[in-house]
Amino acid sequence: MGQLLASLVDGLLLGFVYGMAAMGLSLIWGVMRVINLSHGAIMTLGMFATYLLFSLLGVNPYLALFIVAALGLLFGFLVYWVAVHRVINAPHLSSLLATFAVNMIIIGVGTAVFTTSPRNIDFALGSVEIGPLTLQASRLIAALVTAIATATLYLFLYRTYPGKAIRAVANNRASAELMGIASARVLALSFGIGTMLAALAGGLISTFFPFTILSGDAYEPRSFVICVLGGLGNPLGALIGGLILGTMEGLIPAFMPVSWVPVIEFVMFVLILLVRPSGLLGAR
Amino acid sequence: MNAWRQPGCWLAWLCVAVGGLAILVTRDNTLREVAFTLLMFAAMASSLNIMIGYTGYVNFGHIVFFGLGGYTGFYLISQHAWPLYPAVLVGGLAAAVVAGLLGSAILRLRGAYFALATIGINEAARAFVNNFGPFGGPTGMFVNFAAYRQYGGAAQALWLTYTLLLATTLFTLITSGMVRHSRFGLGLMGIREDEDAAMVMGVNAPRLKAMAYVLSALSPGMVGTLFFFKNGNVEPGDAFRLHMSIEMLVMVMLGGQGTVLGPVLGAVMYERLRGYLLTSAIFKHLHLAFAGLSLLLIVLFVPAGVVGWLRGRLPRLRRLLA
Repeated sequence: MGQLLASLVDGLLLGFVYGMAAMGLSLIWGVMRVINLSHGAIMTLGMFATYLLFSLLGVNPYLALFIVAALGLLFGFLVYWVAVHRVINAPHLSSLLATFAVNMIIIGVGTAVFTTSPRNIDFALGSVEIGPLTLQASRLIAALVTAIATATLYLFLYRTYPGKAIRAVANNRASAELMGIASARVLALSFGIGTMLAALAGGLISTFFPFTILSGDAYEPRSFVICVLGGLGNPLGALIGGLILGTMEGLIPAFMPVSWVPVIEFVMFVLILLVRPSGLLGAR
Repeated sequence: MNAWRQPGCWLAWLCVAVGGLAILVTRDNTLREVAFTLLMFAAMASSLNIMIGYTGYVNFGHIVFFGLGGYTGFYLISQHAWPLYPAVLVGGLAAAVVAGLLGSAILRLRGAYFALATIGINEAARAFVNNFGPFGGPTGMFVNFAAYRQYGGAAQALWLTYTLLLATTLFTLITSGMVRHSRFGLGLMGIREDEDAAMVMGVNAPRLKAMAYVLSALSPGMVGTLFFFKNGNVEPGDAFRLHMSIEMLVMVMLGGQGTVLGPVLGAVMYERLRGYLLTSAIFKHLHLAFAGLSLLLIVLFVPAGVVGWLRGRLPRLRRLLA
């Protein structure tokens, strides 16, 4: 029983980080109806940026997260203007392929520079004991960072002018333009925020799991599952979806071999898409 | 609207038939290996084109049919000692049945939702086969070397596989051409342009989409069986590489979606480009990045692909570039 509780809490804390990555994907979809297939690669870039800042410059990984977030935002602007802006009104195939091309470029250059050997950030924080539970401090901090990031995102979206502009463009781009909102800049900003969240999530994951340049491939499909759980285009739903997925990853191995986890995840994913494409928490 | 009277279809068919038969005549092993890959890509890209180019549904899980069909055929050959011919057919049919079952569910989704569902199916299929005992789990299966003896030794078996692949590819291309110039194909293209409008005009969209999906799954299943028989073993990692689905998308886009010749041309161009990049000293480590860059440039600037671009530039050749 104690072990079950421990793995449940472990999974839940991990779910926060999954949720943050999915939040970025969900935001991008909600605002511009683009599924960003370079999401996983950008998470990997977040991991490597944190790793390089730590191992080369000796920056504390948690301090490095601020730099990673800023770089993620800038990188998102770059990707938007280079790859996404021209195909934003084209059929879905174009934007899917354009973002996948970005994914290939990142992974290709990354493999050439870093090879595919595994890395890890050697920065232990120890563990915290709460009652019968022993928790890794790094996971607790990661959950905390996610909570702060989510709160900030919501304050930004609901309380500031650019945030309101993002919501207006998501709601109806043509009307927003008629009201004098420069929609292209707003789209670039939302894409940037989406990639920033992905890079942050990557940075957090790098503090407790080893990773390679190909790690993004493992996390990206999870983000899809989570987005569909929470409803595409609903960032808070994505966070809750992340918690559900994290809990499942914590609990399922107690009942069956761990290799069945992806089967269950993706069968669930397809079923939800079929029965309720707006997501479990999304509005009809 | 008969495909047999279209010079454009004949151009694509003849190119593949003449090229493929020429290699059968020369009996050159190196050429055969190159042609095997080219034909495989051409068949896969052409069948994918039925979904993407004609119907307008983005399918990221085309490789599932290759994997599942290949696994089924290979299972029959290695575990039940079936001869190659029926195993290839059953492999193709198994993929088509899977497509029929899956399609009845996921074809209700449109646009990006369908694309996401196909990614999910690809992952689920790989994870499932990884855990499925009769298919050998994560280690897969292999064929006993003695099994090649009934075809006159391993060398003869390779030539037989090649001949069958050539036949499969031609079958795929002829199907593709016939679909394009039929009432069925017109219905599919109506769905591509505007599904709701097509349904109002009396196109039975759910049925047509399901038929297109089943048809597009048939040849990947057959090609999969041939490919794994030639390799002598099958593993989940080889059979369900999402990456390969994307490579096929690149071929279709490169050559020109929605045309008969396009996917063949795209397959040849992509394979040559990849071969060059993998062997060149400068690009050896950057070939993935370079392929990504070329994909990005095509999507951004030549979305109609080579054949579509030529059709736009040379109206006189339009009949030839179907």
